[in-house]
Amino acid sequence: MILAHVRRIDADGRERREDVRIGDDRERVDGDGLVVLPGLIDLHAHLREPGYEESETVATGARAALRGGFTTVCAMANTLPAIDSPGLVAEIAARGREARAARVLSVAAITRGRNGRELADLIELARAGAVAFSDDGDPVEDARLFRSALEYAHAAGRPVLEHAQDRALSGRGVMHEGAVSADLGLPGIPAAAEESAVARDVAIAKLTGARLHLQHVSTAGSLELVRRAKAEGLQVTCEVAPHHLALTDAWVAGSRALAWEDGAPRGVAFDSATKVNPPLRTAADARALWAGIADGTVDAIATDHAPHASVRKDVDYADAAFGISGIETALSLVLMGVAAGMGDLGAVVRALTAGPARVLGTSLPDDLIVVDPSREWTVSAATLVSKGKNTPLLGRTLRGRVIAAIVDGETRYRDDAALGGRRSAEAAAR
Amino acid sequence: MTALLGADDVRRAISRIAHEIVERDRDPSRLALVGIRSRGDILAARLRAAIRQNEGVDLPLGALDITLYRDDLTRIGHAPIVRTTEIDFPVDDRVVVLVDDVLFTGRTIRAAMDALVDYGRPRAIRLAVLVDRGHRELPIRADHVGKNVPTQPGDDVRVHLVEVDGRDEVELLRAEVPA
Amino acid sequence: MTAWSRRHVLSTEDWTREEIERVLDQTEPMLEVLGRPIRRTPALRGRTVVLFFAEASTRTRMSFELAAKALSADTSIITASGSSIEKGETLLDTVRTLQALGAEILVMRSAASGAPYFVAERVTSAVINAGDGWHAHPTQGLLDAFTLRRALGDLAGKRIVIVGDVLHSRVARSDIHTLVPLGATVTLSGPPTLIPAAWRCGQLPPGVSHEEEVDRALDAADAVIALRLQRERQESGLLPSLREYALEWGITEERVARMRPGAPVLHPGPMNEGVEIDAAVAHGSRSLIEQQVTNGVAVRMALLLLLAGTPVAA
Repeated sequence: MILAHVRRIDADGRERREDVRIGDDRERVDGDGLVVLPGLIDLHAHLREPGYEESETVATGARAALRGGFTTVCAMANTLPAIDSPGLVAEIAARGREARAARVLSVAAITRGRNGRELADLIELARAGAVAFSDDGDPVEDARLFRSALEYAHAAGRPVLEHAQDRALSGRGVMHEGAVSADLGLPGIPAAAEESAVARDVAIAKLTGARLHLQHVSTAGSLELVRRAKAEGLQVTCEVAPHHLALTDAWVAGSRALAWEDGAPRGVAFDSATKVNPPLRTAADARALWAGIADGTVDAIATDHAPHASVRKDVDYADAAFGISGIETALSLVLMGVAAGMGDLGAVVRALTAGPARVLGTSLPDDLIVVDPSREWTVSAATLVSKGKNTPLLGRTLRGRVIAAIVDGETRYRDDAALGGRRSAEAAAR
Repeated sequence: MTALLGADDVRRAISRIAHEIVERDRDPSRLALVGIRSRGDILAARLRAAIRQNEGVDLPLGALDITLYRDDLTRIGHAPIVRTTEIDFPVDDRVVVLVDDVLFTGRTIRAAMDALVDYGRPRAIRLAVLVDRGHRELPIRADHVGKNVPTQPGDDVRVHLVEVDGRDEVELLRAEVPA
Repeated sequence: MTAWSRRHVLSTEDWTREEIERVLDQTEPMLEVLGRPIRRTPALRGRTVVLFFAEASTRTRMSFELAAKALSADTSIITASGSSIEKGETLLDTVRTLQALGAEILVMRSAASGAPYFVAERVTSAVINAGDGWHAHPTQGLLDAFTLRRALGDLAGKRIVIVGDVLHSRVARSDIHTLVPLGATVTLSGPPTLIPAAWRCGQLPPGVSHEEEVDRALDAADAVIALRLQRERQESGLLPSLREYALEWGITEERVARMRPGAPVLHPGPMNEGVEIDAAVAHGSRSLIEQQVTNGVAVRMALLLLLAGTPVAA
């Protein structure tokens, strides 16, 4: 199928109109209303294999990524066992290839077994195909070890992706510490738990001159620290998650208003689908994250896709696992934010394509996705392809849907129902 | 809408019942009046005043809310409003005259008797009502009646009293006759 | 008077003033029943009330039991140690069992904030929250409001002071949610580590203020509610010592004398005499602590009656 004269935005945010081919057939179809983007790159997803296959597998995760528009997805290492051996790195990539969906890149652990005590064989892991190192799920708490990690990773030629969190300050917190947590009587995770760790990490990056990438930055204060680090010329990059751009701590109390909405019908309070680490923060923090995308402080939007089998979430809020299954709703949320005036489409596309590629130090693959920005869909257990149905957006109608994805020249996803309804290009030209 | 009793009728009925109560039980020291909310208590107060005027005797006066003793609590489809019960004299060995405005199925009186015996063991319980409209579903009868009124089961008998409604009047609203 | 429409009593934070007053008005007749020689009416005969207490509590549990029995309801009690929760059964499994038991009214107490919401979504019973973690204890809020209303009359414009470990207190939160809609203002005071940071820094709910110095807070106050201080607060590094707490925030006779003449003293119980409240105050003429206990049974009776009389929505 050829989409005639369709709007195309490249990784730098520049726009043009051209014909784009998807699939082998020659039918020419009107491309009006659709947008073609480079395949999105997700720096941060949990595919749960090996060890937690009831929550997701590489195959189901890769398929879910593709539905979300991500043609490349970086699989985190906090599996069981952790991805800290070359064999496992290769295994993950192989499973990804078998799935023939999104391209799966393996992220290896920084420390052996993610134990936070000794470095893993970083150079060997890089050679086996690991694209980055991360103990995500956990910070590297020992500052001296973290210093070594940054320095040694430099030799391995790969970035360290750090989950910045001071565990002592976050304590037994389960949501953002603020007015909402005070009202609800839930122990809180203060912004300082992230900001103090970010400050520490930036200071060590400065000391070592090495590259540092901060994952899921969620507060205005953290972003300001990154801004200053960049101004100083440090090689610090960061990512933000769509749920921090669109949802707020009020959702734990039952609000279902997106960060840019004034009001919405309420949901149930204490829904464990809202439990995530870093927690959903305030609307002011969300606005600061959008501003960070606009001024380039934010390098990437990464989903932190964290699927969970229901047995881990269908419990008391205090006992529920942290994490939102977000890879399929990410693009819709971000496009809705752009439509609401929170940000500019070009900047957002950069943050989902060129930005992540730069963090990884790779070039952008030749993948494409076709998006219908006005197509509505309702988030439900049935419409989600991921095994993780743990999203507070269940039941919500979102706008913006991926209707085709081309990876390595191959059309690996095609929504024929959506494409089939398009009139012919000749009819459009008349 | 038919007027059954006007203000004068109500006054005479209360006066007659007050006399009857004392005639029935020559020793007023054993008597007590307990009105069933929410108009029986007003009538009971009036009876007490009348008896005080006639005999110079002040009978103990109580008010009973029977909501908690109804047999249809689960069927009425809404949480009813419970009012306070005030019986601050001992009930044991007393002849308690229950007072209500309208006697119909008898279920309210059954509930009132259940409530009353939770307070003690009266020597006897009598019943005084302003209007008896028939259609008893339980074996209950009034000792003192203001007026007997034949009604259809679907009819509505409305009692208005000056203390709460601004006038003394008893009205009958006939049920709609199917065409 | 509009019909009662709330299926559950999870927290009073979204209740209207009318709803709160309806419960308080219905509590008076219940008190009268409790004052009779036979403290029982047949109103809920044949109905079942299940008490599910995942967190131990003798006082609240007994209060609900007495309330249910005073209305002639049948009660069934499940405690944490008696249920399979200890065997690692999830809350969801327990909920399914409760549902199968067919309880009409479920009274539940849990150590986890939010647990009753989880349960209410998944059972057909009406759910009354008897306390969930730090979040809410709506029946305590209602009985405290009832007790204060009886003592002070109209609560509009009255200033009630709550002293103690507010951070961990579902009682404080629920008191705020009943007293403020009735027109009172609430002043919070206590050790800074035990007041939520957001509230210390001015992000307070409407009708609530914070006063660092408890003596200033109590000046001309209309009533004080002393909160229980748990020993573990000292152990977890939030307080240097109970001794210091007693000196700085304990409700002593001197502190009570700062309030308006006749201003009452309340405490949800159980008390640590000599820590958050002096024995002389607890048993003194201004103490309404015993009345709180009786009022508690009456409030719970009123709620059981309201919920039992409200049909399940189709």
